[in-house]
Amino acid sequence: MRRFLALLVLILSAPVAAQTGLPPAPYADRQLEDPQQEAVASELMEELRCLKCQSQSIADSNAPMAGDMRSQVRERIAAGETPEEVRSWLIERYGNWVSYDPPIASAVTWPLWIAPIVLLLAALWLARGRFRKRRGDE
Amino acid sequence: MNRWLLWLPLVLFGLFFGAVAIGLMMPKDNIIESKMVGKKMPEFALPAAIEQRPALTSADLSGGKPTLLNIFASWCVPCIAEAPQLLELQRAGVEINAIASRDTPEDIANFLNRWGNPYTRIGTDTTSKVQLELGSSGVPETFVIDGNGVIVHQHIGDIREEDVAMLIKLLEEAR
Amino acid sequence: MIAETGLIALWLAAALTLLQFALGAIGLRAERDDYYAAIRPVAVAQGVFVTLSFVLLIWLFLRSDMSVKLVAMNSASVKPLLYKFAGTWGNHEGSMLLWVTVMGLAGAFIALFERSLQKRTLVATLAAQAFISLGFYAFLLVSSNPFERLFPVPAEGQGLNPLLQDPGLAFHPPTLYFGYVGLSVAFSFAVGAMITRDVGPAFAKAMRPWVLGAWIFLTLGITAGSYWAYYELGWGGWWFWDPVENASLMPWLAATALLHSVTVLATRDGLRAWTLMLAVVAFSMSMIGTFLVRSGILTSVHAFAVDPERGSFILALLAIYIGGAMALFALRVGTVKEGSRFELVSREGALVANNLLLSVILALVFIGTLYPLLVEAVTGEKLSVGPPYFNLATGPLALLLVAAMAAGPLLRWRRDNPKTLLNRISIPLLVAAASLFALVIFTTSMSILSLLGLALAAGVAVASFAPLWRRNLRRTPLHTYGMVLAHFGVAVALVGMASESSFTEERLVAAKPGDEITVNKWKLQFGAIEPVAGPNWTALEARMTAQYGGGVLHEITPQNRMFAAAQTQTSEAALLTRWNGQLYVVLGDGDSEGRWQVRVWWKPFVPLIWYGGILIALGGLLAMIGRLRRGFQQRKQREFAEAML
Repeated sequence: MRRFLALLVLILSAPVAAQTGLPPAPYADRQLEDPQQEAVASELMEELRCLKCQSQSIADSNAPMAGDMRSQVRERIAAGETPEEVRSWLIERYGNWVSYDPPIASAVTWPLWIAPIVLLLAALWLARGRFRKRRGDE
Repeated sequence: MNRWLLWLPLVLFGLFFGAVAIGLMMPKDNIIESKMVGKKMPEFALPAAIEQRPALTSADLSGGKPTLLNIFASWCVPCIAEAPQLLELQRAGVEINAIASRDTPEDIANFLNRWGNPYTRIGTDTTSKVQLELGSSGVPETFVIDGNGVIVHQHIGDIREEDVAMLIKLLEEAR
Repeated sequence: MIAETGLIALWLAAALTLLQFALGAIGLRAERDDYYAAIRPVAVAQGVFVTLSFVLLIWLFLRSDMSVKLVAMNSASVKPLLYKFAGTWGNHEGSMLLWVTVMGLAGAFIALFERSLQKRTLVATLAAQAFISLGFYAFLLVSSNPFERLFPVPAEGQGLNPLLQDPGLAFHPPTLYFGYVGLSVAFSFAVGAMITRDVGPAFAKAMRPWVLGAWIFLTLGITAGSYWAYYELGWGGWWFWDPVENASLMPWLAATALLHSVTVLATRDGLRAWTLMLAVVAFSMSMIGTFLVRSGILTSVHAFAVDPERGSFILALLAIYIGGAMALFALRVGTVKEGSRFELVSREGALVANNLLLSVILALVFIGTLYPLLVEAVTGEKLSVGPPYFNLATGPLALLLVAAMAAGPLLRWRRDNPKTLLNRISIPLLVAAASLFALVIFTTSMSILSLLGLALAAGVAVASFAPLWRRNLRRTPLHTYGMVLAHFGVAVALVGMASESSFTEERLVAAKPGDEITVNKWKLQFGAIEPVAGPNWTALEARMTAQYGGGVLHEITPQNRMFAAAQTQTSEAALLTRWNGQLYVVLGDGDSEGRWQVRVWWKPFVPLIWYGGILIALGGLLAMIGRLRRGFQQRKQREFAEAML
């Protein structure tokens, strides 16, 4: 019975693995030896978007391509590149879509980054009418 | 509160409604295009995928003649659909080089034996490294590259009958 | 037969809703007292019939009646009973029916038990409620009939998405729907009040229990949803700022602001316009959220079965309800008499700060979620806005909010002065400063936001109990305890969030049976891989043991499950909870050399996030019961006094 179940599971898992018969890229699922570098790489991977998934970071995705991207990120960080360099390298190829962190300096996304300040100021301005040391209503 | 301020919520809602209505009418596509179009082919060197065809390097793609670079895999179903179109292009004199994505030599050889081999050179990219360099996000994809190694056009998805003429025209213009 | 009865009940309920609306609208216009009297029984009857319809749908699912299309597409007879039951609302049509059912029940409840509101306002409220329900009835009956038959009858159903076959997720939708519908009641109250220009403490007191009730459900729903995503999706994260998650957060933010605003209106007759606007915005956010997740215009990992046509219908309803309410606001609020004024340093002032900060955070989440869509519509460029933006944009504001939350309850109404506040808050301030100092000395690599958050949480945890100091605890009203508990819950959740983001440790290994894995003080032993089978799945299970610092040996069994009916694979993480955190173990794929991917996290204090959420909801419950009880007692006293005269 055990053996049958094992066989059944292996057969059933085959269609899911049909996309590629190859093993994952070297550093897709392997952490870097240096914990500092691994932490840096890990943080970056959580901000990069998987190309083939609905909406997941490459850190969270099981897709083979996400694994390849993780491997690239780790290899490059290990080779001494900074996270910004790796991010730029990917954005050069896929556009801002691949990064969950919208750029500050871009013509299209700067409104996002000034929004918190603008909204806060607007809210304060709206509220200024509420606060008076009034003696009775107007 | 200012009179006109009271209308602000409604106006904002109107903007939201407009944006979203447009969004609903736009067809939803999750295709990510490569931003390398218009730029020079990045340098790479891939080992040969199968014995019958030489390996592929970026130098081969800037040899003076416009070429097609086709990214495919044996496990990719639409690649089967575009095989006849690729053969047609090859017969028309187009040089087609290929990158086999995440594949084994046996599977690639079987695939090409079965569906035809229009490729001059085939490089094997087992970790998607070159695919990432190119800004490609899946298979099948085809790049039109001019004689100087500059990427002129990216065609995402399988090549249909209608696309053949367009690709030939692009190759002509890239001369 | 049963399906047809259900459909008939639904039609009847829709007809009654139409009648309810007509009675209210005409009654108000023509000042007809008999219409006023009739509207209450009609609302109750509507509630009864729509509930009947929903119960019948549940029955069909429990019996796995495959001749009904909805059951055939979303259920299977091998499914465990709980999921057959939950499968009723695990699909579009069923969830819409749940929505109108809860709305109908809410209307019936108001009609039966609301006694303190002015008659005209009550009628306007019921009419508004009916108007909202009508849109959803139309939606159901015209394009999303849950009782549609299927012919020929299939032998077996297509089964429920395996990811949804989980107790947490079975009850996540109804919890949120109770929240959204509660907000619809608040919305109806606001519309009713704007129509009759009756905006005052009475209106606020009538609306408050509904706001509290809705808010409690939303808090629980979001907490449950977050925990479910955390342990089911297998990547150890508890919040991703995904569009669907944001869609549930936005109504909660608005409801929290409304909750505080309505108290100012009820006790001080202040913030009238704010309260009205927030009531409209809160429900608008519920509807917008519902629209966003069902229309498919935003890409999300929590993919619903989407359909742009349904999206268009909901969008049309949105335009009518929200547009209408906002137009009404603009037209009427100018004529509503202004409430009483107050100074900057006062409890009202702190509550205004609360409102403002929550509104700004809400606006930022809204903008961030829709921005990619906007940019693509205008420029064609594709963009992603994710956690890095949301965390940085809303984080500091959230911390300011939590600080205001600590100070607010310690301020007096109307006016207070900063020196007295500083005095009252001195101990919490010291605790926060000391914590900050200790953290800076003893930890490395904490982000500024987490550092401040953790220190602030420590201070706020103390500050939340400050309202009880030097007070007769037995004379303190229940709702004050509710406030204390809810605010404490926020501090607890904040501790969990800051700890998780700063102190989590992760280990990724390719392990062979017999290998040992170490994370922090944990030693894990990888035993063997065994195949196992469940009611509708088979799995590969890793037998592992885990030991913390040489303590007790625990057995853990992470799995990779295959659901045959739906051809999907899920990963069942193994969780081990201690007082100081959670061990999270995931089994990945195996390779050709007999090694298995094992991913292990040690997440210190992470359960506090959800315990905090539960405490917040519990606090809300105490506050609601306290207010209802007090309202009841006050009414009894009034009636007694009147009888004596």
